Amino acid sequence: MPTLTRWYIKSSLVWFVAGLTLGIVSYLLPEDVPSSAFRQPFFHMLVVGWLTQLIFGVVYWMFPKASLDQPRGSTALAAITFALLNLGLLARVIGEPAATLGSTAVGGTLMLASAVLQWCAGVGFLVNTWPRVTPAPHSTERR
Amino acid sequence: MPRLTCWAIRLALIHLVLGFTLGGWLLCSKASSACAGAWPLLPLHVELLLLGWTAQLAMAVAYWILPRFAGGIRSRETAAWLSFVLLNLGVWLAGLTPALAGPREMIAAGRALEGMAAVSFAVHAWPRVKKFGT
Repeated sequence: MPTLTRWYIKSSLVWFVAGLTLGIVSYLLPEDVPSSAFRQPFFHMLVVGWLTQLIFGVVYWMFPKASLDQPRGSTALAAITFALLNLGLLARVIGEPAATLGSTAVGGTLMLASAVLQWCAGVGFLVNTWPRVTPAPHSTERR
Repeated sequence: MPRLTCWAIRLALIHLVLGFTLGGWLLCSKASSACAGAWPLLPLHVELLLLGWTAQLAMAVAYWILPRFAGGIRSRETAAWLSFVLLNLGVWLAGLTPALAGPREMIAAGRALEGMAAVSFAVHAWPRVKKFGT
């Protein structure tokens, strides 16, 4: 398993546990703290941090090789994608509750940063994966 | 990688980036009035990412790697092709209708297409979930 895939999968496991933990904690807070402040971060920790990140890691590992020189595409781009996805999600998980609970300026800035970082991660993943989605020229696979 | 898998994964990747783009816009709209007007696109964001990206990728990879029959035959390939066509039509119909303030019946029709996609894919994949050597 490539190093980067291990990062992706281990991070996805961390987000999985953290997301479910947040799901519990959000209902144990004092009643004047609205649980709605944590609802969207909770969903996105599971769907982006866990599921999507797990897919990114496994695709990077197991999809057909792009070329002999760069079998998994650009390692640098894949690493940057990993960083952007996780930083973007972290910014959202901090920023959205912060904005809802009063720190509007800080929360808003973090949410804007999150939007940009996660979008860049999506584009980075597409750019690196697209060349690998093709029938292998020497494959015996029925087309 | 078979041709159908290539097409479906490419569509899934496009849906991923479109879904992230809408997600970014939605998040921006929470932080700044400069991004107002995004909320009608929330259903499309959800459809694109849950079904257009995640489910479609899973189906495409399943079509590729599930066990085949003698001679590399996948069997019931028409059902597999049909499932991807129905899924993509359903995603866009169910996702775009709320953004265009369309009738609820159109959303139901989109969901029906997605449901038929699931049935069609199950019809294709069911016999391939089998013992080794059969």
